[in-house]
Amino acid sequence: MSFLPLADVEVNNETQPFWDALRNNTLMLPRCTACQSVVWYPRAHCPVCFSTQLQWEEMSGRGTVYSYSIVAKGNGRWKESGPYVVAYVELAEGPRILTNIVGVAPTDVHINMPVVAVFDTGDDGRVLLRFGASPEI
Amino acid sequence: MSVRGKAFIAGAYEHPLRTIPNKTVQQVHAEVAAGALADAGLSLSDVDAYFCAGDAPGFGALSMAEYLGLELTHIDNTETGGSSYLLHVQHAAEAIAAGHCHVALITLAGLPRSSGAGIGGAGRFGSAPEVSFENFFGLSIVAGYAMAARRHMYEFGTTSKQLAEIKVAAASHAQHNPNAFLQNVVTIEEVLQSKMVADPLHMLDCCVVTDGGGALVVVSPEVARKLSRQCVPVLGTGFAVKHVNNGRIDLTHTGAVVSGPRAFAEAGLTPSDICYASIYDSFTITVLTTLEDLGFCEKGKGGEFVSNGALQAPFGKLPFNTDGGGLCNNHPSNRGGITKVIEAVRQLRNEAHPAVQVPNCQFALAHGTGGNLATRMGSATLILGQEV
Ligand SMILES: [Zn+2]
Repeated sequence: MSFLPLADVEVNNETQPFWDALRNNTLMLPRCTACQSVVWYPRAHCPVCFSTQLQWEEMSGRGTVYSYSIVAKGNGRWKESGPYVVAYVELAEGPRILTNIVGVAPTDVHINMPVVAVFDTGDDGRVLLRFGASPEI
Repeated sequence: MSVRGKAFIAGAYEHPLRTIPNKTVQQVHAEVAAGALADAGLSLSDVDAYFCAGDAPGFGALSMAEYLGLELTHIDNTETGGSSYLLHVQHAAEAIAAGHCHVALITLAGLPRSSGAGIGGAGRFGSAPEVSFENFFGLSIVAGYAMAARRHMYEFGTTSKQLAEIKVAAASHAQHNPNAFLQNVVTIEEVLQSKMVADPLHMLDCCVVTDGGGALVVVSPEVARKLSRQCVPVLGTGFAVKHVNNGRIDLTHTGAVVSGPRAFAEAGLTPSDICYASIYDSFTITVLTTLEDLGFCEKGKGGEFVSNGALQAPFGKLPFNTDGGGLCNNHPSNRGGITKVIEAVRQLRNEAHPAVQVPNCQFALAHGTGGNLATRMGSATLILGQEV
């Protein structure tokens, strides 16, 4: 796991498969069978065409940094985290999602940097989707 | 339906204090209400419509209506963060034009300074469906705007020095405002050397945290005619919601792309007609992006536009935030918004500080950005004039 805080997320019937998948180290998102949009964040309908015909699909877990910020000092439980990176990662499948870049020196992060999913899991089973540097291909 | 010329701002009042340790939030609402009504030459019993946003204490706007002692035919507690109060002016104008009311009171008050809620504090919206997908990554408010700034820099070559120009202009105005929270002038170098909060935004790229509030009184043309106070007509209004759009967010633009043209079309004006602009300035990047989106310059050219004192009153290309803005003067309840309208009214009444009064200020624009540049926002544009 990284050194950033984990959290008690709210899991509900719309988002349960997403969180279950993370615990199995996979990234699953709903895809709309009507308009093919990958839905972010997960919900019971497609916000593009309002269809409720969605199918959970495994994502590649690959993406690139769309934007980021190095936060010098966080609030609350993040106070002791030291400088950390908040980022939008654009998944290969389209959605830009809020996350942290971990396992990389913050000053090495840059826009368009290739990243891969990190299933950041605590001893207690709590998990958040973060991203780390992609190994060179 | 156009509201052009169908409603007038008759009263505008900004609480003079920036730290208010021994009062309740509702008490500050009442004080600014009294101030704005006195400014208009009206009394509480004249009010038949009341507007506040979601941060006001109580059950919608009902608790405040009762606390203030209002008898109402119209009420509205639309919540779009810092843009709420500009949208309230639009809604008041629409309600007046529809005949639902004649005298609308809008109030904002908050005590974040005394209660210790600083910039970047946790949001209040714990039950929002996006919370588990956004709130656990240490995304402070500053960090969100920093990501917008970073992307703007990447796409358009915008620099920290250009962002600093915006703070320098605001500070040059604030030195003339005896109520401003920060009254010291600053240099570009001082902004760049201030503490990095969320890269690339420095401490001096961020607005102040202040207690305080403000109020507006919007009236029908019939009421305006009877008042001796100069009433400022609402000429144009525009509003838009921008959100993350199924995860396809573009961080380089705001809802002003939509709200601006709407307001200009209703007013029958273009950006070059605007003599003074109150631009929501939660952070320097908010101003830069908004100026582009409102059409004061081409997309991506905001950095160039704000350079070399362009925003400095009274003789810059586009004098902005002559009260010192949220960056220096006041950002009550961590949102401000209403202060944008108040300073625009001062300019149109020729009542800004003489050092920053724009000569012959015929048309003013006020713009609010509520929410977060990095996620979802309500963008509200108002165009006001000296006469219809
Ligand atoms: Zn769809």
